[in-house]
Amino acid sequence: MSQKKTTRIANIFIFIALCIGAVAMIAPLIWMLSTSVKQRTDVFALPPVWIPENFNWGKYLEIWEAGPLLSGIQNSLIISLSVCIVGTFTSSLAAFAFAKLRLAFKNVIFLLLLSAMMIPYPSLMIPQFSMFSSMGWVDTLLPLIVPPIFGNIVMVFFLRQYLINVPNSIIEAAKIDGCSFFGMFTKIIFPLIRPAVAAQLILWFMGVWNDYLAPIIYLSSPEKLTIQLVIANFNATYAIQTDYPLIMAASVIALLPMLIVFLVFQKQIIESIAITGVKG
Amino acid sequence: MGKQSTDVSINKPLGNKKPKKSKLYKKESRAALIFILSPVVGYLIFTLYPFLYSIYASFTTWNGLGFQEWNGLGNYVSLLTDDYFHKSLFNTLYMMIGIPIGLILSLLLAMGLNRRIPGTTTFRVIYYVPVISSLAAISVLWQWAYNGDYGLVNQFLGYLGIDGPNWLQNKNTVKPALVIMTIWKGLGMSMLLYLAALQSVPKMYYEAADLDGANAFQRFRHITWPMVKPVTFFLVITNIIGGAQMFTEINIMTPTGGPEYSSATVVFYIWQKAFTNLQMGYASAMSVVLGLIIFIVTLIQFRLNDKSSFEM
Repeated sequence: MSQKKTTRIANIFIFIALCIGAVAMIAPLIWMLSTSVKQRTDVFALPPVWIPENFNWGKYLEIWEAGPLLSGIQNSLIISLSVCIVGTFTSSLAAFAFAKLRLAFKNVIFLLLLSAMMIPYPSLMIPQFSMFSSMGWVDTLLPLIVPPIFGNIVMVFFLRQYLINVPNSIIEAAKIDGCSFFGMFTKIIFPLIRPAVAAQLILWFMGVWNDYLAPIIYLSSPEKLTIQLVIANFNATYAIQTDYPLIMAASVIALLPMLIVFLVFQKQIIESIAITGVKG
Repeated sequence: MGKQSTDVSINKPLGNKKPKKSKLYKKESRAALIFILSPVVGYLIFTLYPFLYSIYASFTTWNGLGFQEWNGLGNYVSLLTDDYFHKSLFNTLYMMIGIPIGLILSLLLAMGLNRRIPGTTTFRVIYYVPVISSLAAISVLWQWAYNGDYGLVNQFLGYLGIDGPNWLQNKNTVKPALVIMTIWKGLGMSMLLYLAALQSVPKMYYEAADLDGANAFQRFRHITWPMVKPVTFFLVITNIIGGAQMFTEINIMTPTGGPEYSSATVVFYIWQKAFTNLQMGYASAMSVVLGLIIFIVTLIQFRLNDKSSFEM
């Protein structure tokens, strides 16, 4: 009985601690939102105003004129969607071959590919840049799209792990039926690994959408920038004019797509990430 | 079990047994080769070749425009006396103190959320929101939050009667400021992985410990900690690899590398040298050193992990 009581008291304290933590996590984001709807004078009010007296949504109209925000979103979408759709196809096909098909030296090849995970992008970016600049691809989206669509080794790795646990008999049966290997992939394997693919896809999409280093190296014309670079430029340009509501409004817009995707699919995302981590 | 021993080769296990070179095997190998071709070609062109070229370029003076001259160990010798490089290396290491702090906090959070407490789902979502938020937008937000006069952080400190510094303009506070932000951003990710690990611990372990009269600390020390060890290992590795490549925050929040270059990281310096000063040979040498450091740290971690799992 007494133990139950101490547990309950402990739970109350933990609950309070978690609440304080949650406030600390969410406060900067709320503050960003609140800044974005403030008048410029309210921004510098002391003590601070959390909920402005009159909401000024004007900044959300102004941002589209103030910088290439729309084309930024478009470019980010073009990059992330093409990378993730094509790359998922090539990666899962390779994972199928590595996990289930017979090929001499396939494990050696796989280990070699895996070694790529150890090499940080900064160690590759300079030669990659000179390669793409000699092809005339600098300031286009191509250097950001082409390398990853060949396949993502992280995804190959996780899908291969997933497939290894699938009994071989399914594939053997398909072989007896005279199914082609590509048919096996589309009809049997892909439907089977779809949950694992979804988990990896979400993580990958987030990674590409939020990428900053590669875009900043390649892109320079305003209409070519990704959304992340546009936000950074907003910050650099308008901070001098101390137009913080404008900057924060643009940042809110940059956060919103991912936030909506997350809130809608939060259960699946959280579960899939947990699975990925435990397996990793 | 299910293996029938007929002489049809397709019924043989697909694993490591020496394959019979049947017609089907050839067909299968050809298909497999085609399927893995794309990642392999991508690896050769976009990873292996640039990597080897980086190593080669690190021994040359290269301005990125084609002019390249063999320089031997010259770049590496210059690195030894380059104060900016040392500073950026030190800053990068310094900011990694956020890793253990973040891991401890996230494990505590996960243990809290693993109890019977109302609203755990809501908490999980709230703690996870910074993780999915774009780092660029988050950096912009925190730059504003660290503003010396009107920033959120100093306003909050003001309530407590503390006169906060101008965080990002002060060489003593710029690194702690970045560390705090990094912890805030990454907490949800580690928490989630820890929580998944905690939920997979069989309840009977704790029940058995209770019967033996173990106290809370002993339960943690002998059950929880060993059980979440693989996750800790995974997080330490990925956090170090990620932390060694910190760039976005620095580029946005302190575009010049901070007061007295006190927030510049290695990748920030590489980027500046390569793409602003066009000293690509020199930058390549730094990128090779960075790759080497990451490799060694990962190796050490694997060693330590092996050792400690023997002790268990």
